[in-house]
Amino acid sequence: MQNFWEYLTKIPVGLATVFKTLFEKPVTIQYPEEKKPMSPRFRGRHQLKRYEDGLERCIGCALCAAACPADAIYVEAAENTNEERYSPGERYAKVYEINMLRCIFCGYCEDACPTNAIVLEPIEFPTGYTRESLIYTKSMLLEPPPPGVPGTPQQTPPGKYDRAILPFPPIDESV
Amino acid sequence: MLTQTPTPLNEDALKVRVEDVQLDITFEQLKRLVSPRALTGETMLMNMGPQHPSTHGVLRLLLELDGETIVNCIPDIGYLHTGIEKTAEGKTYLKAIPLTDRTDYLAPMSNNMAFCGAVEKLVGIEVPLRAQYLRVILLELTRMNSHLVWLGTHALDLGAMSVFLYCMREREMILDIYEAVSGARMMSSYIRPGGLWRDVPNVFFDLVQRVLDVFPKRLIEYEKLLTKNPMWKDRTVGIGKISAQDAIAWGMTGPCLRATGVKYDVRKAYPYSSYDHFDFDIPTGTNGDVFDRYKCRMEEFNQSLKIIRQALKRLPPGPVMTSDRKVAPPPKHEIAYSMESLIHHFKLWTEGFKAPEGEVYFAVESGKGEYGVLLSGDGTSKPRRVHFRAPSFHNLQPINEMARGQLLADLVAIIGSIDIVLGDVDR
Ligand code: SF4
Ligand code: SF4
Repeated sequence: MQNFWEYLTKIPVGLATVFKTLFEKPVTIQYPEEKKPMSPRFRGRHQLKRYEDGLERCIGCALCAAACPADAIYVEAAENTNEERYSPGERYAKVYEINMLRCIFCGYCEDACPTNAIVLEPIEFPTGYTRESLIYTKSMLLEPPPPGVPGTPQQTPPGKYDRAILPFPPIDESV
Repeated sequence: MLTQTPTPLNEDALKVRVEDVQLDITFEQLKRLVSPRALTGETMLMNMGPQHPSTHGVLRLLLELDGETIVNCIPDIGYLHTGIEKTAEGKTYLKAIPLTDRTDYLAPMSNNMAFCGAVEKLVGIEVPLRAQYLRVILLELTRMNSHLVWLGTHALDLGAMSVFLYCMREREMILDIYEAVSGARMMSSYIRPGGLWRDVPNVFFDLVQRVLDVFPKRLIEYEKLLTKNPMWKDRTVGIGKISAQDAIAWGMTGPCLRATGVKYDVRKAYPYSSYDHFDFDIPTGTNGDVFDRYKCRMEEFNQSLKIIRQALKRLPPGPVMTSDRKVAPPPKHEIAYSMESLIHHFKLWTEGFKAPEGEVYFAVESGKGEYGVLLSGDGTSKPRRVHFRAPSFHNLQPINEMARGQLLADLVAIIGSIDIVLGDVDR
């Protein structure tokens, strides 16, 4: 009998809690029409960055490939010339591939890159139907040049781009 | 109760019994696992899992049933074996951290902490105080994250659907913090040997404050829905009991052990990451049943909130990474003008740092229990052997002790209450 009274008195308390949420704002969103904003640090899809003058940041050093715990990156470097320049310094990445199926989005490549060329941007993860389509090549990863600026290769005056690693500001740890 | 006519023990019948359970074992091995009654067909052998939703992953249980009563319950693990320990031997210390996220994937930061703590102990690295305090905040959030998934799934298994939805709603707040600090919602890899990956962003403090403000109210809701609910009590009180001696003998740790009344917590017994600077209690139970395990974890939510409040208040300024350039990469902008930084940077990201020869054990109190890492260094930049003492594995072992004599329907409550993650059990 006591159990019966417990059921009778305590269960409505729980039900009231559930009932209350009927009048609360829903916490769910209508994905994919609606999207949740991602944090600036979000490690999403990679992007190969450029300088303001359109040159590629990547110098083909393959440090990202060495740092990758999943061995997802393949880099093949080639020589820059002043007639056909892709990036500052001597070399650029002729082939740059990331196997998105191997990648675990740990961000080590971004940490390792000495020129901040490869960055995991807060954009959505790659999807695809075949394995081949998920091996991202350089053209897919490279960001478009800034508006009004030519892409690569460029013809550059001799002596202007001798340094491969150009100075950059410290990482802002407050965002 | 006899449901089948006993078959005499002849060769053919025995073969059928082994084939029945579809285990990769011989009859001799099966004989040691089940009671003699099972061999005659007096009790029934039955599989639960590996695809059963209430086994929390791919756990398979071989059950010997007498009617609805469990006579024996034998866990068969290995369905999620990923070889993480072995893989870690082939990686440098830094590159092994993302692997640890994936063992107990509901508490990634605890695993990061255990591994990095072991590396720090082996190499002898001092961690700045700010990093230690931030680690404490994040570890407590991780404990809450782990407990929320436990509470949600445990309640769902016993039919309380709304609790599951509420827990996932609250967990979102913690995942948002993960995302803000590390850039990933689950596989954080945020704790690194020597400190943290980066300092926390400004928004971190608002997000943690939100958890501190909202959570106590939610806890009251859970209490209303479960603790005082007679249906919940009927399903949990007195179910799946284990004595303190048995629990210790089987190596149980965490809330499962504390529910039996043993006051053992790595945070108090072997303080790490300056846990001794904070004032908190260790909730214990008395009966060691499903309800006590539940009560212990619910109280741990409050203790976690208490620790986070203290750590936030006393958070010192300063660096979050050791200044030892032999283990921590230099600030990246330095490499454009400092040759030494450039060399350190390249060396660290290609071959990593070298650890001396020796063996260390470092344990943390994760949400599930004592998560330990045994690390054996051989003087190179890769470990000779890595072993994870996974709490889920040890807590799962005595399931036979807990389930014997209970009803089949209670087994679901027992599995839920020991809070296993199969990625952690199998490694
Ligand atoms: S994010 Fe990690 S796994 Fe992916 S390519 Fe970069 S280093 Fe490799
Ligand atoms: S992305 Fe960075 S690390 Fe990778 S090859 Fe290019 S410059 Fe080197």
